[in-house]
Amino acid sequence: MQETAWQVSLVLMSLITFGVIYVAINSGKREEDYGPLVKSAYGFRTKLFWGVALVFFPAMIYNLVGLPLPYSESAADSKLGPAQVINVIGHMWYWEMDRDEVKVGQPVEIRITSADVNHGFGIYDTNLLLVAQAQAMPNYTNVIYHTFKKEGTYRVLCMEYCGVAHHNMMTEIKVGKS
Amino acid sequence: MASYTYTPVPDTGATAGVLAYLVVSAVVLLLMMVFGLLLRLEQSQFISIGGLWFYKIMTLHGAGMVGIVALAGAAVMWHFLRLYVDLSNGIFMANLALFLIGVVMILASVLLGDFHAAWTFLFPLPGNSMGLWSTGAAALFMGGLLVIGVGFVLLHLDIARAIIVRYGGLGRGLGWPQLFGTDDGNAPPPTVVASTMVTIVNLVGLVVGASILVMMLVNLYVPSFEIDPLLAKGMIYFFGHVFINAVIYMAVIAVYEILPRYTQRPWKSNKVFLASWTASTIMVMFIFPHHLLMDYAYPKWFLIVGHIIGYLNTFPILIVTGYGAMMIVYRSGIRWDMCTRLLFVSLFGWAVGAMPAFIDGTITVNYVMHNTLWVPGHFHTYLLLGMVAMVFGFMYYLGKPNENAKDSPIDVAAFWAFVIGTMGFTMSFLYSGKISVPRRYAEHLPEWVPYDRLASYFIVLILAAVLVFIFRFLSRLGNAGRNYQRASLAQGLATA
Repeated sequence: MQETAWQVSLVLMSLITFGVIYVAINSGKREEDYGPLVKSAYGFRTKLFWGVALVFFPAMIYNLVGLPLPYSESAADSKLGPAQVINVIGHMWYWEMDRDEVKVGQPVEIRITSADVNHGFGIYDTNLLLVAQAQAMPNYTNVIYHTFKKEGTYRVLCMEYCGVAHHNMMTEIKVGKS
Repeated sequence: MASYTYTPVPDTGATAGVLAYLVVSAVVLLLMMVFGLLLRLEQSQFISIGGLWFYKIMTLHGAGMVGIVALAGAAVMWHFLRLYVDLSNGIFMANLALFLIGVVMILASVLLGDFHAAWTFLFPLPGNSMGLWSTGAAALFMGGLLVIGVGFVLLHLDIARAIIVRYGGLGRGLGWPQLFGTDDGNAPPPTVVASTMVTIVNLVGLVVGASILVMMLVNLYVPSFEIDPLLAKGMIYFFGHVFINAVIYMAVIAVYEILPRYTQRPWKSNKVFLASWTASTIMVMFIFPHHLLMDYAYPKWFLIVGHIIGYLNTFPILIVTGYGAMMIVYRSGIRWDMCTRLLFVSLFGWAVGAMPAFIDGTITVNYVMHNTLWVPGHFHTYLLLGMVAMVFGFMYYLGKPNENAKDSPIDVAAFWAFVIGTMGFTMSFLYSGKISVPRRYAEHLPEWVPYDRLASYFIVLILAAVLVFIFRFLSRLGNAGRNYQRASLAQGLATA
């Protein structure tokens, strides 16, 4: 997902860069009569509007409908067996978890809350890439469903600034054979 | 239907008040940039200031930058808006005085009281310090923000009053009779439309922000006065999002006003323009759930609203303001000087930064990129290369010695250093976000350090450029207050 976001951003940013450079290069010679230029520019803008709309709207809907959202139970495939539940409580500055070992390939239901201030429960895979997160906040429980696809030791980092030892608030989840 | 004939507008010098705003902005901006560099140097392991000082400086950098860009944006807006409506200089100066009082309170809270709960003062962190700062220090910080907020409420109330007196209502300030009826060509000028939008959203945002600050101040001393953390989070992000976005909408007035003077082409408030500003008024207020996508305790529809408006919000930026600036410059014969370069590149910075921003507002992306360095990556792009470039463009405009004055090669080099430095710095941030580096970490894992170091080099380049911009502005303060022609005539026109 990060790679896709990066690539799409680069493409869109490059398109804007080319557009701006094109205009800058063509800024020197003056076309005195602005009226006709405005008319043709508005015509192009209408096309641009629909062009952007035709790309953005399907992307917006695809990302809502086409993919299982992290907070939706459908994200956990029930055919793979009952969810393994981890109850998480964030504290300044450590994580309290009622289990830290789960099985690979089976859905995990992670119930996250906090005993004091806002924290962020971020799960990092063995390549140190963020694979899931939710806010840990007092008085509320945020639930995410995640199925670990690979065995290994996953790191948990705090994703919401919570004070002087925020960057040291780490723990681990061990994902073993099913 | 609007006509596209340009009516020359005289270039007016800035009042002493506007210049005071800009001088304070320049000095504080530079200091906050140095603070930003210190944060990156610490993550780069080039210096070692420790976690406590890192987070204290981070808190000052955030609060200082948000405050100072708001002050600079207000200076741009007020300077041009007073050409159309009758504004109170006393209220304008009262805002500056309250701002400075608030700054002193915040500095004291952080430097003397060790407060370091970040500028977002996310409840209940300010009141839960684990003994690292006192209740008094937290109250001083939040009180400082409140004093600054009161100043801006006064300023916006005065602007609302002036627009209502001149145009007959805020709806008329947004050009609704022309938007929803016949476009008779008499819609208010872009400056008035933008100022109306900013005034509406900021008054709502500031009242919500002040409300949560007062609630939290009471809670500090009377803990039995309980606050729902989810409600507090929603209110804080609503205020924060609206207030920081409004600064761009204030500063873009410099583009609307100055580029037409250089190209001798009008920037018209036609139906598309008016529709986009009305849409932005609504969207800026309803997009804030995109900050809360990782709080699944909120209703799903609330999060989906944030996701959808994130996509829609790019349209006015790209299709109307960004495209409008391109239209006005294309085949215009514009003479490029420091002012026009900075204003032109500011639209690029805004548009290009909006791309990774709306992508971050996609729920499935946010799930693995929220609160990584991707976030400061995009907002530094549109704030630094967008909003701040608009303010520097405005400063060069005010200080330009005469309409035919040529720029020194040092200034031109500084411009390119600023553009390259900002893109290099923000791309380092974005790349760090791509590899999942969390934001607001005093210490980085060894894998992340090379990108921090790269960013640090680019920030030094930005600082060098900004020193030139600020030195030039301060050395030309004498020009900035006088009324004379600054904008060069476009090529082809000058010889006609």
